[in-house]
Amino acid sequence: MEITLVHYLFVAAALFTIGVFGIFVNRKNVIIILMSIELVLLSVNINLVAFSAYLQNIQGQVFAMMVLTVAAAEAAVGLAILVTYFRNRGGIAVEDINQMRG
Amino acid sequence: MLAAIAFYVLAAIAVISAFAVIAARNPVHSVLFLILTFFTAAGLFVLLGAEFLAMLLVVVYVGAVAVLFLFVVMMLDVDFAELKQGFLSYMPVGALVAAALLAELVLVASAASSAGGAPIAIGQGESETTNAAAIGQVLYTEYLLVFQLAGLVLFVAMIGAIVLTLRHRPGVKKQDVGAQVGRRRSEGVELKDVRPGQGLG
Repeated sequence: MEITLVHYLFVAAALFTIGVFGIFVNRKNVIIILMSIELVLLSVNINLVAFSAYLQNIQGQVFAMMVLTVAAAEAAVGLAILVTYFRNRGGIAVEDINQMRG
Repeated sequence: MLAAIAFYVLAAIAVISAFAVIAARNPVHSVLFLILTFFTAAGLFVLLGAEFLAMLLVVVYVGAVAVLFLFVVMMLDVDFAELKQGFLSYMPVGALVAAALLAELVLVASAASSAGGAPIAIGQGESETTNAAAIGQVLYTEYLLVFQLAGLVLFVAMIGAIVLTLRHRPGVKKQDVGAQVGRRRSEGVELKDVRPGQGLG
C-alpha cells in the first residue's frame, strides 16, 4: 500500500494521454485545445516533481518552475492571438485559420 | 496509510476532472474542471513534499491562467455547440493515438517499477530547511541564468500579448498630452475689441 514513484508516473501518464486525446477530439475549439496543452504541461510537472522527490534532488522542482513559467506565457500569448482572431473573423473555428496559406 | 488514501483520492479526482475538461459541453465548465485538476495536482505536490510548487500552482494557474481562460471564454460570443460537432468523428483516431501513447507510458513506468520501485521518502534528507528555502538556495545561485531567462520569457510574452490585443480605432477622442503641452497662447486666445453697448456681431 506504499505509494511509490510508479504511482505518480501512472497519474502523469493518464493526464498526458487525456491532454493529447483532447487535442485530437476537440479539433474545432481552440480554447479546449489550449486547455489540453495546459493538461499536458501539468502532467510533465507532476513527473518532474515526482522524480525530484524520488531522487531527493531539488533540481527537478526548479525545472518544474520553468515549465510553469513557459505554460503561463504560452497561455497568455495563445489567448491574445485568440482574441485578435475573434475580433478579425467573428468566430474561432480552427478550420477557418487557413488564410495564411500561401 | 493516510497518505496512500489521500493519493488515490487526489489521483482519481485529477484524472476524472481532466477528462471532464475535454468532454464538457460548456467551455465554462471545462475551465472550472481545469481549476479542479490544478487543485488536485497541487495536493499531489504537497504529498510529494513540494509545498512551494503546490502554492505556486494554485497562485499562478488558478489565480492567473484559469481566470484568463474564464475571461476569454465569457468574453467571446461563440456558438460552442457548433464547435462541438466533430467530437464523434474525430474520436476513433484520437482514441487510437491515446491508447498507443498510454500503453507506451505505462510500459515505461512499469519497467521502472520492476527495476526497483522504492517508496518515495518525503521530507527526509533536507529536514533542516524548508522546501522553499531549498529551492531558493539553488535557484538564485546555480540556476541564476535560467531564472533570468524565465523572467525574459514572461517579459516577451507580456509584450507580445499587449501588442497582439492593442488596436487603434479611428475616431476615438483621446487625451493627447503632446498637443496639450504644445498649445500656444496665440492659437487658444483671441482678443476682440468690443465697443461698449454692442455685442460681438
